[in-house]
Formats: sequence, C-alpha cells, structure tokens
Amino acid sequence: MAALDDVQVKEGVDQETVEAVQSVGGKYKYGFETDIEIEYAPKGLNEDIVRLISEKNGEPEWMLEWRLAAYRRWLQMDEPDWAMVDYPEIDFQDQYYYARPKSMVEKPKSLDEVDPKLLETYEKLGIPLKEQALLAGVEAPEEDRRVAVDAVFDSVSVGTTFKDELAKAGVIFCSISEAIQDHPELVKKYLGSVVPQSDNYYATLNSAVFSDGSFVYIPEGTKCPMELSTYFRINAENTGQFERTLIIADKGAYVSYLEGCTAPQRDVAQLHAAVVELVLLEDSEIKYSTVQNWYPGDEDGKGGIYNFVTKRADCRGDRSKVMWTQVETGSAVTWKYPSCILRGDDSQGEFYSIAIANNMQQADTGTKMVHLGKNTKSRIVSKGISAGKAQNTYRGLVSMHPKAQNARNYTQCDSLLIGDKCGAHTVPYIEVKNNSARVEHEATTSKVDDDQLFYCRQRGMDEEEAVALVVNGFCKDVLQALPMEFAMEAQALVAISLEGSVG
Amino acid sequence: MLEIKNLHVGLEEEDKQILKGVNLTVETGKVHAIMGPNGSGKSTLSYVLSGKDGYEVTDGSAELQGVDVLDMEPEERAAAGLFLAFQYPVEIPGVGNMTFLRTAVNAQRKARGEEELSAAEFLKVVRAKAKSLKIDADMLKRPVNVGFSGGEKKRNEILQMAMLEPKMCILDETDSGLDVDAMKLVAEGVNALRDAGRSFLVITHYQRLLDHIKPDVVHIMADGKIVKTGGPELALEVENNGYADILAEVA
Repeated sequence: MAALDDVQVKEGVDQETVEAVQSVGGKYKYGFETDIEIEYAPKGLNEDIVRLISEKNGEPEWMLEWRLAAYRRWLQMDEPDWAMVDYPEIDFQDQYYYARPKSMVEKPKSLDEVDPKLLETYEKLGIPLKEQALLAGVEAPEEDRRVAVDAVFDSVSVGTTFKDELAKAGVIFCSISEAIQDHPELVKKYLGSVVPQSDNYYATLNSAVFSDGSFVYIPEGTKCPMELSTYFRINAENTGQFERTLIIADKGAYVSYLEGCTAPQRDVAQLHAAVVELVLLEDSEIKYSTVQNWYPGDEDGKGGIYNFVTKRADCRGDRSKVMWTQVETGSAVTWKYPSCILRGDDSQGEFYSIAIANNMQQADTGTKMVHLGKNTKSRIVSKGISAGKAQNTYRGLVSMHPKAQNARNYTQCDSLLIGDKCGAHTVPYIEVKNNSARVEHEATTSKVDDDQLFYCRQRGMDEEEAVALVVNGFCKDVLQALPMEFAMEAQALVAISLEGSVG
Repeated sequence: MLEIKNLHVGLEEEDKQILKGVNLTVETGKVHAIMGPNGSGKSTLSYVLSGKDGYEVTDGSAELQGVDVLDMEPEERAAAGLFLAFQYPVEIPGVGNMTFLRTAVNAQRKARGEEELSAAEFLKVVRAKAKSLKIDADMLKRPVNVGFSGGEKKRNEILQMAMLEPKMCILDETDSGLDVDAMKLVAEGVNALRDAGRSFLVITHYQRLLDHIKPDVVHIMADGKIVKTGGPELALEVENNGYADILAEVA
C-alpha cells in the first residue's frame, strides 16, 4: 500500500489549506506594522542619495562607481509600458530609497543582539530566526528540515542563520552588503553579469539604489546541506524596497533556495523593484522558489505593492539546470518574468508558476526561455487564476537561436476564471531560428464550474472550502514542484487570496 | 425521517413549474423508490432537496427529522445527514479522491461539532470500505471521477455515502450507465448500508435496480406529482406494462 501512504502526505497538505481558510477568515494576514524607530535617507532620488546608500553600507569605491553608472543610465531611460497593467504614474522623487531600523545602525554581531521587536515581527510571520526552529507547521526530523534564513527588513538584512554551519561546507550565505565587503572578488566577477546594469528601467534603478539582499556561493562539487531562504519584509511607509540577490552555483553544485515576502496593509501604493541573478556553472543545479505575498491593496484597489522584478538565470555551464517556481498571490501590480538563458549545451530551464489575481489586482507575468546551446530543454507550466475584477496575463518568450541544435520546449498555459468580471490573457512569443528545434505550446481557459462547487457542497464543504479545493486541484502540477514547506504555505495562500471571490 | 408536503417548484430562470404538489413521507429505516417517465420531475426533486441553485420553491415544505431543509445551505443539509448520489458525478481535476473524501468527512464532522478524523484513522476506515466496493488504491489516488468509467463513478458515489454515513440517502438514477455486474456491486454497497436508522429514496427508471435493492414502498411520479403508491409489486407492474396503463388509470 505504498501508493496510499503517498496520498497521506498530500492529505495533510490539503487539510492545512482548509484550516488556514477557516482561521484567517479572509483578511490579509500579514498586514500588521512593526512599531519601531526608523532611520530614513532624505526623500527623493539623486546622486547624493546613491552615495549615501553606498556609504551606509560601507561600500568600496568600485561599488559606488557601479551604482552611479547605473543611476546615470537610468536617468536616460523610459518606464516600460508594454505590459497589460495600468497604474497611476509613479513619482520617483516622492519616495524614500533607504530605511533601516535605528537599532540596526550598529550592526548586531549575532541574532541575540537583534532588537526583540524585529525578532518578534518575524516570529509573527512564522519565520524562524532561531537556528533550532523549523518553518511553522512542519513536523519532520530536525536534520532533514532545517532551513537557513536571511531576514531582510526594509533596506537592511537583520540576520542570517546557520552561517557557521554552512561555512563548514564552504557555502557562503550572507547579505549582499556583507558579501561586497567580505567577498569582493566574487561580487565583482558576477554582479550584473546576468542582469546588466542597463537591462531595463527597473533593473537599472535597482542597480543604482539596491540596499540589501542575499548572496549565496556554493563551491565546486558541493550540495548545499540545507535549504536556504530569504524573507523580505517591507515595513516603512512611502519606502521602496530594492533588494538584490546573487546566487552562484559553481561546477557540480546544488542548492534549493526559497524566497518569501510580505508587507503591511497601507492605503498608499509602494514600489518594490528587485533583481535576482543566478549563475550556473557546469553540472550545477539551482531550484529557486518564491511565494510572493506582498500586500495586494484593498477591494477597491487602494494601496498595495507595485512589484516590478527582474529575475534571470544564466546556465553558463554545460548540463546545468535551473528551476523557477513561483506562487504570486500578492501585490497590486505584478510585472515579473523569471527567465533562463540556456547557454551551456544540454542545459535545462524550468518555470512553474501560479499567479492569482483577485479584486483589483493586475498581474503580467511569465518567463523567457532563451535557447543558445545544443540539446537545451525548457519546460513552462503556468497556471493563472483570475477572480473579482482582476486582470491576469501570461507573457512568455521561447527563443531558439541558430546554434540551438535539437533544442526542445514544452509550454502549458492554463487560465481559470472565477466570476464574470475578471480577465485572463495569454501572450506567447515564439522565435525559432533552428530547424531541428521543437516547440510545443498548449493553452486552456476554463471557469470554476457551478456543478463542481455544488458537488463539493453536497458533500459538506462550504463554498470557500470548495473553491479552495477546486483551485488547488487546478494548480496541482505547480504546487508539486515546490519544496514541502512552501507547498503548504502556498496552498493556504491560494485559499486565502481567493476569499470573497464567490457568492 | 423525510416529510415532503405539497412541494411546488419552478425554474428560477424561466416561468416553468416542474413539481406541482409533491407529498411524500419516508419513514426511518425504510427504502422508498420513485419511478416515473422522463420529465416527470424525479431528478428535480433530488436537486431541490439537496439545495442546488436554479430552482424556486413556490409552495410547500420539506423536513428532515422535523427540520425544514429548504432554507438551509447545501453543506448544512449535508451535515444534517442528507446525501445525494449524483446521476452524473462531477469531475474535479487535480484533487485526489482521498483528499476530497477526507475534506468532506471532516467538514461535516466540524459542522456537527465532532472531532475531525486524523489522517491515520481516516485511512484505515477508507481502505476497509473501499475494499468491499472493489475500489483499489489507484482509484483512491486518482483525481475525483477524472477518467473513471461509468461503473467506477457510481461505486465512488457509494463509497462517499459509506464514508459520510448519512441518515437520508437519495440515489438519483444510480443504475444508469451500469452493466449488470456493476449494478450488483453498487446494490450490494447500498444494501450493506441499510440500517434501522437510515432511510433511502431510490430514483430509477427501471425495475431491475429494485431487484437488487428491495424497496419497502414504490411511488410513481408523473407530471410533477406522486400519482400512485404501492408495494414492490408496483415496480413489477411498471416493468410489465409500462407507465401508460398506470397513468391512464389515475387520469
């Protein structure tokens, strides 16, 4: 009966969903604010602010020059307007670009010295900053389920757990500001090598003003002994968050990395423009999972996070493999296309996505698979769910370059509509310049069926449980791609973000 | 157990009356069958009792153990012990059969203020019940009704019934689309659930299902009303002579 025991695991997961729905009752759970003294840089953006951020981080001259070059470039760029999203013009001078808790001015040497209020915040969010702790709700032998966390609060990293133990394996896991100081040779070599400074409007802005983020280096032949994660929290008002993540997997290395994000509930929209760069050398593998739950704004579309993110993986080495998995439930506006440059021969890229847009949310998200090397393979599975008056767009590029002999792509793109005031859009771009390449694209659009809901309700589930069950079923292929901890959180989120979408 | 009085029901979207004064009492522990020609309102009765949208009750009442169910939400009726075995069980892609069952069982237990079954307890019970219906591990794991044969779907309905242990079971043309062997299996499943505290309302076109599930009372429904009530011999009469004679007789 091994097969049945298998089922049991899934059982537990689904139960989580149901319990989460019942306990949370439809509210954005992470909307609280931490009452803490914050030190801001002056409002607005100019060269002095860029210098100030660099100075606050104690950066060397080369880093400042890099930032300034990006800033000057940014001034000449225009905001992109091709995405299917609509939001009021952003006044980039009416924002703070740097905010840190006063208690973080003197960087605490260890987590024991961190302001208890900050630690409390993460505890409330269910993020363990104690090294013996596990992610909430997971029962498993400790050694199997340890997760190292880098916690980023507004513009600074609060602390990173399991650093010493990771160091024993040769793994570097720290905030990017520390890496700039302690490992300049690695940062210099790889920063901006996947997403160039001038890549796009938001990435260029990020290059100029990024404050913190995570840095990971996995040395040759090393399998990272535990999962790594970063938890981003926006707390300060009128403040943009610009984090920068750089992960390098050396030859034959492996790492699974998780990323989570939340923000308080506010009436005024806030800007989040992150850049994530993944570098994969020969035979290495990175799994990068995101559960994005920034505050989505209220039912009328007031407030929420503008999530303009550039994420890209460069499979430089032959046989390297990258897998992006994302669950996008939050943010008022999402503009995000985690991409794979499949440069090495036989390299592989995978993209699994669930994007949920409810109420007035707008999501324009997808991926780019750029096949440069021979025998490269990519797979895209996208599940878009629209409810309320939301608009959800899948936008994806599959590009087979002339040298991509025998390259393969498979794309599956499914949309689910709940109600009759929302929209789902699919915009695939396919470019094939090699005759031996093969590209497959399948797309479906469906509605949550009244008969399905009645069937569930006749068996005793209430309407919201029924919707959660049906939608989780729709997302199953992607949920299965997530690490266990995230699968639970994601299932719960799917249910919560659809609260109030029926009836 | 179930008491229906002068039930009048029309469609919500169009001006069409389907049930025109149904009177029916199903006593505790009894099996009643409703037979009738197509369009007589049999399936509508099952949907109205279980709370499906799209119908409007214009007059009359339906009480389950003395409580009017017509104002209740479908899930409240389910928790009160009303179960409908669907004529066309619905497919739910991506949702494992076991997940669905456990969610349903625990939703009802919770609604009744009972403790939820743990995964281990649930597994034990479901395995035992699935076995007697010849439902294998694979079928429990597959998504709800997706790719199931007609027989598998109906067996799955009976498994849900066995797990939920309802008080009032309505079977809507459970025999449709079944071969003889599958029908026997389903009937055995139903018979195993017959109990002094449980009642059944078996809706069917044909007498053959009633060879296997022996009813205590048989009703003939036509044009939105119960037109004749009798014992099991009434079903045989229909089988031999068709509905025309009976309808002519009561007209």
